[in-house]
Amino acid sequence: MATVRIPGPLREAAGGAELVTASGSTLREVVDDLERQFPGMRERLVEDGAVHSGITLAIGPNQTNDLDAAVADEDEINVLPAISGG
Amino acid sequence: MAAPTKPEYKVIGTRPVRPDGIDKVTGRAQYGADIRQARMIYGKVLRSPHAHANIKRIDTSKAEALEGVKAVVTGADLPQSGDRRSDKSLNVLAADKALYRGHAIAAVAATNPYIADEALKLIEVEYEVLPPVLDVREAMRPDAPVVLDWVRTTSMAGTGEEPTNVAAKGGFNFGDADKGFEECDEIVEGEFKTKMVHQGYIEPQACTAMWNPDGQLTVWTSTQGSFPVRNDTSEILDIPISKVKVVPTEIGGGFGGKIPVYIEPTAALLSKKSGRPVALRLDRTNVFEGTGPTSGTSIKAKIGATKDGKLVAAYADMAYEAGCFPGSSVTLGAMAMFAPYDIEHVKIDTYDVVVNKPHVQDYRAPGAPAAGFAIEQLVDELAEKLHIDPLKLKQMNSSHEGTRGPGGMPFSRIGQEECVEAAMNSEHYKSPLEGPNRGRGVASGFWFNVGLRSSVNISVQPDGTVNLVEGNTDIGGTRASLAMQLAETLGIAYEDVKPMVVDTDAVGYNDVTAGSRTTYATGMAVNKAGLNLIEKMKGLLAAKWSAEPDAVEFASGTFSSGENSASFREAAGIVAGPADATLNATGEVSAGVLVGGGFSTHIVDVEVDPDTGKTQILRYTVVQDAGTAIHPSYVEGQMQGGAVQGIGWALNEEYYYDEEGKMANASFLDYRLPTTLDLPMIETVIVEVPNPTHPFGVRGVGEVSIVPPLGAIANAVYRATGVRQFELPMSPRRVLETTHDLG
Amino acid sequence: MATHIQVSTRINGEDVDFLCDTRQSLLEVLRDVVNLTGAKEGCNNGNCGACNVMLNGALVNSCCVLGAEAEGAEIVTIEGVAQGDHLHPLQTAFLEEAALQCGVCTPGFIVAAKALLDEEPDADEARVRHWLAGNLCRCTGYDKIVRAVLDAGDEMRKAPAGR
Repeated sequence: MATVRIPGPLREAAGGAELVTASGSTLREVVDDLERQFPGMRERLVEDGAVHSGITLAIGPNQTNDLDAAVADEDEINVLPAISGG
Repeated sequence: MAAPTKPEYKVIGTRPVRPDGIDKVTGRAQYGADIRQARMIYGKVLRSPHAHANIKRIDTSKAEALEGVKAVVTGADLPQSGDRRSDKSLNVLAADKALYRGHAIAAVAATNPYIADEALKLIEVEYEVLPPVLDVREAMRPDAPVVLDWVRTTSMAGTGEEPTNVAAKGGFNFGDADKGFEECDEIVEGEFKTKMVHQGYIEPQACTAMWNPDGQLTVWTSTQGSFPVRNDTSEILDIPISKVKVVPTEIGGGFGGKIPVYIEPTAALLSKKSGRPVALRLDRTNVFEGTGPTSGTSIKAKIGATKDGKLVAAYADMAYEAGCFPGSSVTLGAMAMFAPYDIEHVKIDTYDVVVNKPHVQDYRAPGAPAAGFAIEQLVDELAEKLHIDPLKLKQMNSSHEGTRGPGGMPFSRIGQEECVEAAMNSEHYKSPLEGPNRGRGVASGFWFNVGLRSSVNISVQPDGTVNLVEGNTDIGGTRASLAMQLAETLGIAYEDVKPMVVDTDAVGYNDVTAGSRTTYATGMAVNKAGLNLIEKMKGLLAAKWSAEPDAVEFASGTFSSGENSASFREAAGIVAGPADATLNATGEVSAGVLVGGGFSTHIVDVEVDPDTGKTQILRYTVVQDAGTAIHPSYVEGQMQGGAVQGIGWALNEEYYYDEEGKMANASFLDYRLPTTLDLPMIETVIVEVPNPTHPFGVRGVGEVSIVPPLGAIANAVYRATGVRQFELPMSPRRVLETTHDLG
Repeated sequence: MATHIQVSTRINGEDVDFLCDTRQSLLEVLRDVVNLTGAKEGCNNGNCGACNVMLNGALVNSCCVLGAEAEGAEIVTIEGVAQGDHLHPLQTAFLEEAALQCGVCTPGFIVAAKALLDEEPDADEARVRHWLAGNLCRCTGYDKIVRAVLDAGDEMRKAPAGR
């Protein structure tokens, strides 16, 4: 089970939690599991089949907006505000 | 926590002459505008004189009829799929709206630049001028004119419905800031403003494009990223990547500003239409008005501490200009600004705001310097109120390994504490500063190093030297730092490595020379290639020595197996004869995005003339953690260069806009860069806390040195005058106005 | 209408005849007609020094001189600073002391510094900073440039190089 760090604006949707665990071998599956645990969470993370334009996902230090990116059990997934520039 | 002892390196840490140096001191090196192609003609761009206008009509017929004009293009020549072209495409050539003064509207190519200039004057454009939006907080008001009718506010809470200039809302929330502030004995706050400034590279953008009849496009250009130029050009022109070759020339400075394409697609179109190679070069005014300066900002911030000096809570509201398209570095600034400190409760609200100015672009540690101007002054104010030495206050609250870092991810091994300590122990800090109107200021800063992707090829020559083929433009000595890392890996002399920067057809994908990533990530690729080569040579030697394949060892530059031993050069001779395998290896790395990073602390002494308001820098010291300094001279160079850009930003530089959105000072006469006369020597102290993620411990050093100067100088000016500065630049006029209560 | 003019001049010790547009600056002529691209355009209005050359023994911004003004003149550009394959002490100092990063301002600085050191090889830091204030560098912060010029001055006093 990967760990997912929930940022402030989304914590209400996650029952107030800052750190949750979720199962899945890709980001897409992790999002599905988060939706199962916290109904309504998916639409905060995904929009029109892609990562929501207001956020960036990171697996460990690797930012990625590829929902098919692989996730391992020891990974920590971060939900960050969309980072432009850089 | 004792640092591990530094390994004994043979090449790393020395100061050899860079391989491209001779060409650069003799005038032989070829920069963007030095490219010459047979039958080359000259392109020029027509730019909007208005900051905000609808384009009703463009008539290029008279320009096309002028003798010597070979091609004319407008936005209509760029492909469009969907309701509108991409922001990148619209910035290259406008569609039906001019979004900033300097926005490219049309372009011509002619047999000489004078005819091209005449042709521009013959292009008729009918504009419907609109009121420009020029102030970031004004642009956020619900009644502000909307610059782009498709922009809606995106945020983690969803996407807004109403047209707006606020393109994005974001931020972070750690702990409980409201509760945290209640626990504070001392709280300071302020509202800070900074102006748009330019990277100020001395070489304007310049490219030459040649569109062959077979559809193959070659672009020579001065760029920080030949592969991104290839990608962007292919996307904007809707042609396959395989049809585009980008040849990076030497580059006369970039600092982030030469990452996007501004002129390459236009030059390519002109070449296609004319059937000739087209040289398109910007002049200095075009550079100021038509490329990518960095955001002006408005930051409201608040920090609180206990009376013992423990920082407990912090809040910031940050609004950054994005320019005419969404996408500023406000989030990166928000991530970097509190990095030097372990603060339990931090809340930040960020706003990315569209205005009628050029679309902003990265400028060395994008987003962080302006944030540092605010935060480092507030921390300084707390130090004063609590009667604690400002460096001591930083030491007491220092981030270290495990502290919650940018975005919430914990830091791995970092060097903020070591930098602060080195600053406290420096000659500079230990010398008293005496005399009237003088003050000393300190500030700390952080910046990431970016990892991303690099790939290199190496091949061994018959004489045992090694060619290193890489794809990263060499802006500040990276041919040398990469050659040094390869030499160290292979146990050979630096002089035996021949590095070269090649075009996009000749090497695998390389991300930009930017983000403090080249010595770091391309260095990792170089090291990998070296290790791969060693493995290959071990196998080949085993055959020659009739040994088991894995019985050959390599250590300290020597291969050995039983009684046989050979230096790298000897081994190359043994295995690379005419009947043998060619000795090549590659190294590829995909090193993550925002990985690790480095800290820097600056000390500055100033004297402020009470009659003119002019600030003189008396003494300046940069302390910075390089992880491991591969080539100390070039590390020092980055430290000094970034600090001086910060000095210019703090004291003089700004885009001075009139009410119509015209930059009134678009030349080097009035946009005041620091000169030799403005500065003393810049003292440097390199701290080395090795980066655990790099084989040699390297941390990127190219950017962080621009983060502390704004705050350090502001703190020094405060100590010298008794008046705190909340707006940049702290020009003589501004200092006089604030210290004499004028304006 | 544009006209062209025939110009006879001496560049880096060699006779050069060229034809140029009367509007062209000396900088444009050097770069586009005579093919000496060492002098660079940074601003085209005399504010950055990247186009520095010597004209009849005086340091000039070649962007502010007309090509036609080169008639009968002696011009020295960055390409004429080294003597064959012997680098000038300034060039050696810049290399050894890492006084360049991107290198685009380097030709201008070397020509300008040579103009100073040829007359005053013992110029001190203040004098060097004053003389070089017309040359902009955005990469180095000038520290290593000033040190390299001072060290080159020391070298030149020990063993005066040919002009």
